[in-house]
Amino acid sequence: MAIDTTAREPSRVSGGEDTNGHLEELRSDPIGLMQRVRDECGDVGVFRLADRDVVMLSGAEANEFFFRSPEEILDQAEAYPFMTPVFGEGVVFDASPERRREMLHNQALRDKFMRGHAATIAAEVEAMVAAWDDQGEIDLLEWFAELTMYTSSACLIGKRFRDQLDGRFAVLFHDLEQGTDAIAYVDPYADIDSFHRRDAARAELVSLVQAIMERRAAEPPAPEAERDLVDVLMSIKNPDGTDRFLPDEVTGMFISMMFAGHHTTSGTAAWTLIELLRNPEVMTRVDDELGELYAEGAEVSYQALRAMPLLESSVKEALRLHPPLILLLRVAKQELEVEGVAIHPGQMVAASPSVSNRLPEDFPEPEAFHPDRYLDPLEEDRLNPWTWIPFGAGRHRCVGQAFAMMQLKAIFSVLLLDWEFEPAQPPDTYRNDHSKMVVQLQQPCVVRYRRRAVSLNNQGVDA
Amino acid sequence: MRIVVDTDLCQGHGVCENEAPGLFEVGKDHQVVVLESAPPEDRRAELEAAVRFCPTHALTMVDD
Repeated sequence: MAIDTTAREPSRVSGGEDTNGHLEELRSDPIGLMQRVRDECGDVGVFRLADRDVVMLSGAEANEFFFRSPEEILDQAEAYPFMTPVFGEGVVFDASPERRREMLHNQALRDKFMRGHAATIAAEVEAMVAAWDDQGEIDLLEWFAELTMYTSSACLIGKRFRDQLDGRFAVLFHDLEQGTDAIAYVDPYADIDSFHRRDAARAELVSLVQAIMERRAAEPPAPEAERDLVDVLMSIKNPDGTDRFLPDEVTGMFISMMFAGHHTTSGTAAWTLIELLRNPEVMTRVDDELGELYAEGAEVSYQALRAMPLLESSVKEALRLHPPLILLLRVAKQELEVEGVAIHPGQMVAASPSVSNRLPEDFPEPEAFHPDRYLDPLEEDRLNPWTWIPFGAGRHRCVGQAFAMMQLKAIFSVLLLDWEFEPAQPPDTYRNDHSKMVVQLQQPCVVRYRRRAVSLNNQGVDA
Repeated sequence: MRIVVDTDLCQGHGVCENEAPGLFEVGKDHQVVVLESAPPEDRRAELEAAVRFCPTHALTMVDD
């Protein structure tokens, strides 16, 4: 990474003549903008976001530079100003974001806890489908958002906390997720409706958490084995005996723990189902795989941690085509050079899963849903570690990847064994809403479900 | 046969500890340490599983 004085300035993508550069285009058609950067400028190109340059990288070589760079070269902490009002400004943590991530990783996401999480998730899906009739319709955005709110709270914070939540929590969380308009790059507190709703939702979440904390303070302590993270945080006192963590801080911590795993998993579950419905021949093969794997009566909590090659590949392919994060950002801290192009301190640097995941040189027929590309011997994800990047790569790679994959395998095991699905709208009308930095499914996004006459795992049995 | 760790990629998930017990240890700094610099040939299958299932693809097997 020696700085060559001959490094040239990156080329700039067309458009963006407004005061705020390409901000409006980023808010209306971000993927179109990012693809144009690649088409016009190649591996390194610039678009303008409010008063800053964003140097967008793509392709294996530039992406490897992006993902290998440590914090002192490409800093992540300053790159996402739209998250500060969501987590809560001024919330005092005892640890840096990096350290909090490590703690989360250590406490809840280690391999040894996965079996217990898988059982928890299977039970949450069972509880939600227990409310279904023999047939009906669900809104994919709302249904999976509610489910993943219960699973992530149960696994990351604890069963006791989860049991004190209801549907309101997911609705409020949705307002937080919608409060991530890129206008935050101009002003995170701009006078727009989605930011007002974001702030109101956060305040409402604080009062829900406060009510839970007050109820617990008034009750005798829970038995050791049932204690959750709320109990642990409430037990920590200042030297003068007052509570160390107030409801606002506890809420901020929970939001920051749950945020990354919520809209991402929820959206991926929805897109996996949508793609399977669009590709019935793959759905049939996934059904066959599940029928075989569960024929011996295996528990979901056991099987979800083991190989389910076609279901897993279908999830990977949904992730490749519809990555939950479309733009990963950092801020350059030094003079840098990538592929002969200069990057200056203070410029933002970006990688784009949406663009990289569809590079035709790495992923033949990039627009096609083709799960077999991950099976032996192709393994296009392993072959392209710097461009197959739905989970990012390198030191900031999603720490929840294994958890997410297990969760999706558990969800679809429960759903597909006993239910069959069909689109309730033309299959090509399922879309993402890209108007916010947090990508969500656009409504309407409805599917029909119907209870199977015979479960997939009983079809070999002579009835 | 030896194992090479790409420390830019390791996040200390500990999958290798389970796949090949006694050959890896994830420390408090969330970085894996290879305990056996030259593991015996009869552990090859376990090591291949550790390499394969590493969630961050941080491990490589090298036959010298």
